[in-house]
Amino acid sequence: MKDTDIKRLLYTYLLCIFSIILSIFIPSVFLENFSILETHLMWWCIYSVFVTAVNVVLYLVVKPNVFLKEIHYHLSNILKCCLYFLMSCFSFHVIFVLYEAPLIEFVLETFLFAVLLSTFTIIPCLCLLGSNLKAWLRVFRRNGVTFIWENSLQMTTISSFVGAWLRAFPIPLDWERPWQVWPISCTLGETLGYVAGLIISPLWICWNRKQLTYNNN
Amino acid sequence: MNSLSCPRMQKISVLLFLAWVCFLFYAGIALFTSGFLLTRLELTNHSSCQEPPGPGFLPWGNQGKPGACWMASRFSRVVLVLIDALRFDFAQPQYSKVPGEPPVSLPFLGKLRSLQRILEIQPHHARLYRSQVDPPTTTMQRLKALTTGSLPTFIDAGNNFASHAILEDNLIKQLTNAGRRVVFMGDDTWKDLFPGAFSKAFFFSSFNVRDLHTVDNGILEHLYPTMDSGEWDVLIAHFLGVDHCGHKHGPHHPEMAKKLSQMDQVIQGLVDRLENDTLLVVAGDHGMTMNGDHGGDSELEVSAALFLYSPTALFPSTPPEEPEVIPQVSLVPTLALLLGLPIPFGNIGEVIAELFSAGKDSQPHLSALAQASALHLNAQQVSRFLHTYSAATQDLQVKELHQLQNLFSKASADYQWLLQNSQGAEAALQTVIAELQQFLRGARAICIESWARFSLVRMAGGAALLAAACFLCLLASQWATSPSFHFRPLLLIPGAWGLGGAILYAGLLATTGLKLDPVVLGTMAATSSLLPFLWKAWAGWGSKRPIATLLPIPGPVLLLLLIRLAAFFSDSFVVAEARATPFLLGSLILLLVAQLHWEGQLLPPKLLTIPRLGSSSPTGPPRHSGAYALKLGVGLLLCTRLAGLFHRCPEETPACHSSPWLSPLASMVGGRAKNLWYGACVGALVTLLVAVRLWLGRYGNLKSPEPPVLFVRWGLPVMALGTAAYWALASGADEAPPRLRALVAGASVVLPRAVVALAASGLMLLLWRPVTVLVKAGASAPRTRIVLTPFSGPPTSQADLDYVVPQIYRHMQEEFRGRLERTKSQGPLTVAAYQLGSIYSAAMVTALTFLAFPLLLLHAERISLVFLLLFLQSFLLLHLLAAGIPITTPGPFTVPWQAVSAWALMATQTFYSTGHQPVFPAIHWHAAFVGFPEGHGSSTWLPALLVGANTFASHLLFSVGCPLLLLWPFLCESQGPRKRRQPPGSEAEARVRPEEEVEEPLMEMRLRDAPHHFNAALLQLGLKYLFVLGVQILACTLAASILRRHLMVWKVFAPKFIFEAIGFIVSSVGLLLGIALVMRVDGAVSSWFRKLVLAHQR
Repeated sequence: MKDTDIKRLLYTYLLCIFSIILSIFIPSVFLENFSILETHLMWWCIYSVFVTAVNVVLYLVVKPNVFLKEIHYHLSNILKCCLYFLMSCFSFHVIFVLYEAPLIEFVLETFLFAVLLSTFTIIPCLCLLGSNLKAWLRVFRRNGVTFIWENSLQMTTISSFVGAWLRAFPIPLDWERPWQVWPISCTLGETLGYVAGLIISPLWICWNRKQLTYNNN
Repeated sequence: MNSLSCPRMQKISVLLFLAWVCFLFYAGIALFTSGFLLTRLELTNHSSCQEPPGPGFLPWGNQGKPGACWMASRFSRVVLVLIDALRFDFAQPQYSKVPGEPPVSLPFLGKLRSLQRILEIQPHHARLYRSQVDPPTTTMQRLKALTTGSLPTFIDAGNNFASHAILEDNLIKQLTNAGRRVVFMGDDTWKDLFPGAFSKAFFFSSFNVRDLHTVDNGILEHLYPTMDSGEWDVLIAHFLGVDHCGHKHGPHHPEMAKKLSQMDQVIQGLVDRLENDTLLVVAGDHGMTMNGDHGGDSELEVSAALFLYSPTALFPSTPPEEPEVIPQVSLVPTLALLLGLPIPFGNIGEVIAELFSAGKDSQPHLSALAQASALHLNAQQVSRFLHTYSAATQDLQVKELHQLQNLFSKASADYQWLLQNSQGAEAALQTVIAELQQFLRGARAICIESWARFSLVRMAGGAALLAAACFLCLLASQWATSPSFHFRPLLLIPGAWGLGGAILYAGLLATTGLKLDPVVLGTMAATSSLLPFLWKAWAGWGSKRPIATLLPIPGPVLLLLLIRLAAFFSDSFVVAEARATPFLLGSLILLLVAQLHWEGQLLPPKLLTIPRLGSSSPTGPPRHSGAYALKLGVGLLLCTRLAGLFHRCPEETPACHSSPWLSPLASMVGGRAKNLWYGACVGALVTLLVAVRLWLGRYGNLKSPEPPVLFVRWGLPVMALGTAAYWALASGADEAPPRLRALVAGASVVLPRAVVALAASGLMLLLWRPVTVLVKAGASAPRTRIVLTPFSGPPTSQADLDYVVPQIYRHMQEEFRGRLERTKSQGPLTVAAYQLGSIYSAAMVTALTFLAFPLLLLHAERISLVFLLLFLQSFLLLHLLAAGIPITTPGPFTVPWQAVSAWALMATQTFYSTGHQPVFPAIHWHAAFVGFPEGHGSSTWLPALLVGANTFASHLLFSVGCPLLLLWPFLCESQGPRKRRQPPGSEAEARVRPEEEVEEPLMEMRLRDAPHHFNAALLQLGLKYLFVLGVQILACTLAASILRRHLMVWKVFAPKFIFEAIGFIVSSVGLLLGIALVMRVDGAVSSWFRKLVLAHQR
């Protein structure tokens, strides 16, 4: 593992963070009455498209997975990825409902939250690992990662989930704040978790680069 | 035989040790409760006009004047304006300290200018008092005090929990009895307190604390028209705006100034409309803290304003510089006598003597006499109350009561003497007045002493004891698995110390002659028995014990546990616990699945290793296929979510709708829907029955001719049938033809009792013959003898027996397989088909089913679906947990923390999903009438037992079933290999394999092979479960004591604490019963083996 790899990782992630910040501020330039809390549905749509685009472009440009020959940018593969993304959106929705989300009320909000969560967690996985589910399962295991990109992917994905989970806790409180409502709180938490993962993972890798040994012979 | 009795000794000491730990918790709970929950007995006696409170003629007499009672009425009408949370300084007139400078400007100061003006202009007409309020300073308790004149506590014994209606004698009741028209407007709390008492009422919801104006504007809409209409004798207006403004903004906010100015206008408007025979009372029910909260006993909360005004002159003197301090309850006897009513029976207030001095122009002598007679009536009434109360309970201190009675007799005698010698000097009258006042104050003081004070020392002591007990559980659960662990010293030392402490305390009391308090005695015993343990912990601290061993709970589980505990400190979370618990449970389940995957135990290695990355193989072989654990997880989530559909809403969230399925079927109207639901309920019942029988049958536990097995085969269906028949009768009782009415009524009495009796006899049978093993005869006998030939002598020692038992077991399995082959049984051959391998869990499951049926009967019909889900859920959870627990032979066996936490969480979740909430109005009272449709007469323990069993059914079931957590991994031992060895399509291979297999899974016999470890594991399991429950109750006590000033303390935290405390007691008893059952089975298995060995030797 070279320092240039880590640098590349860091710069890519900084660009990602920058794009998230942009996605908050750019729409308010073009749209009137835009605010994160009040027009949250619109924001989520813009946000999701924006982050997806940035992720895809960055991964295409940086090409971190040049070592692996698993991924071929065939049309069938891309279609498969799209299918996985859709499936993950629906399965996230089902999981939210299983976790006490209202079944009928806020259906659109819940689904958009599922899309957003998929954007943050599934899209990077698809970009890096392609449609190879075995690789996915491998990455999220102890000693399963094989190079720093997978390592950081593991961290950002887990931190996004944890962020969304943690921000479910303010929902029952009686503070009556607009950011406390069901999916909004979780989307904010998930964004924070994702950004935290983006910042922490390069630093953590940099810090532990002596100890990190990967099993790619 | 000493060595043989050793395991039995171990078992007894494990049980006793657990019982001792439970006792520590109970002592802590009792101590905390005695300091926190103030109790008082409600008397239902009433005062009446005809019956004066004591001997002696009444000075004014009731001759001649209509409507006069104990005393002639001074006012025919009263306007009572109750401004919620009107603190004294809100009403205090503001004068600038230095002339010329404006007074201190704060939003809440000097806004009630009309009071100040009246006090200045008409000093003989009005008076402002600082009224001293008794805690708890919550509105409902204050309203009770302001009408009964008593000191309401949180639990007024004899209280009707289902409604808040006041049963004690009170002003409103006296008014309605006297035929006065009482008109009310404002806070709807009054509706609950005095149902149907008002001739006219305008109630407005007090629920939304953030709404400052709805109640006040509603009152203002009706206040003046009502006043002008004249159709009232007593007008009560209860404004909430000030209180809500305090809660929302706090007193230091411009809104408060606006609100108080509005109140000022109201008072001015009323004063302008008053007629000469009307008294105006403006009172605050309590104060508020700097932040606008109330409920506790701080100075700001307990000082409220009280303002009296009458258009006719009332007071002989001008008001003093600093307003007088009077107890709030003084208003009750004062108003009663001024209106010519009897003083409410339970009043302990003292009349405001000034008001009875017959105007400013009267002679001082007459005025003093009038005061003395009012005070004397008051004193007679209080004395009568004290006498009745102390006859009913032992709350009050006997010695002080005696002194008070002496004081009263003396004052009364003096008063009578003065009356007869009517030329008594004024000075003598003043002495009598002083004596009567001294008596009244003394009476109030002893009542406050026993009813209205948090004892912080006791609360802190209780919490500390609970914390120490939790700590003990944590440490002892670790010691239990260490190899050098001995059972005997476990018990003797704390027992001796505890006894010593108790004797010491009793001796101390005997020498000082104080009354023995059982709570303190228990505490002393508990504390002293803890001392040696604490000493040991202290001595072992630091030296070689790293901090990690002190916190053995794995990080994520600890985090979940901490979140759960933190939730007890927020009223929103306590209210939302019904939804938060499934969320936490779901998180824990997902965590378990994720952890399995993370550790590489979820998927077989070949799926994961990419050919290029050969070296990244997992550490241990997975015991199940990946989809298996995932399916379990999803199934669990689904069950949890479905159970959540049976959800009752807490009253604090008006937007939430309770599930309509919680009501009994009898309340449904549609015939078709009712039939469908009935079918579903019976279906759930049958499914439960079939599932249990299938499970037992699968492990071969249904083959034996033993009585419990026969009972499971035949008794359980009869129980299900009885339950279904009872439901049919209960849901359709109204539709029965008249001829059958008597039959239906009889059956609805008999059926539930019969089911309960059947369940009880089933449990008895199970306890009597817990070994349900099929003993084979015939061909197997000679072969057994061959195996056993090496053991020629009788099994004298435990070692011999330990060696023999696995041999017998293996041999019998071979035997069984041989038999199966002979009979050419088809299908997959289960290697665990032998009963012995699941003997403990079979007994547990049978016992749980027997227990579930009577509990099911106490619930509404549709809850049977939840019970089905409960069994399914715990089954899935046990399988999921078993997938992650490695079997360590030959021990020590451990139950991981996540298993225990998940189990406890599931118990809580089921509590909610069976339609319960930790508040008193949500208790299912109808459970008391199951099997007793006519009620219980005077007996109270039986209905209490029934309602308690209904409320804490989930606690009981889960705690009794707790040992399953230990047993299940051994039970699943047989599944792992079987599942892996049967890849689809290799049928022939599967047939051959079992023959090749040398090592058969011993399953639960592994536990029997290591009795020491088995007992230690049971002890550890019990301690861990007690710890998880114990920290919950600890968190509740801490929340209740830290937040004792909180607005919601009596509404949310105190009921939550009570429910948790009772739930803990039920759970701990259930836990002991469950562990005792396992031990009973173990003992029976031992004696069965011994008999078998002896039989073979003959």
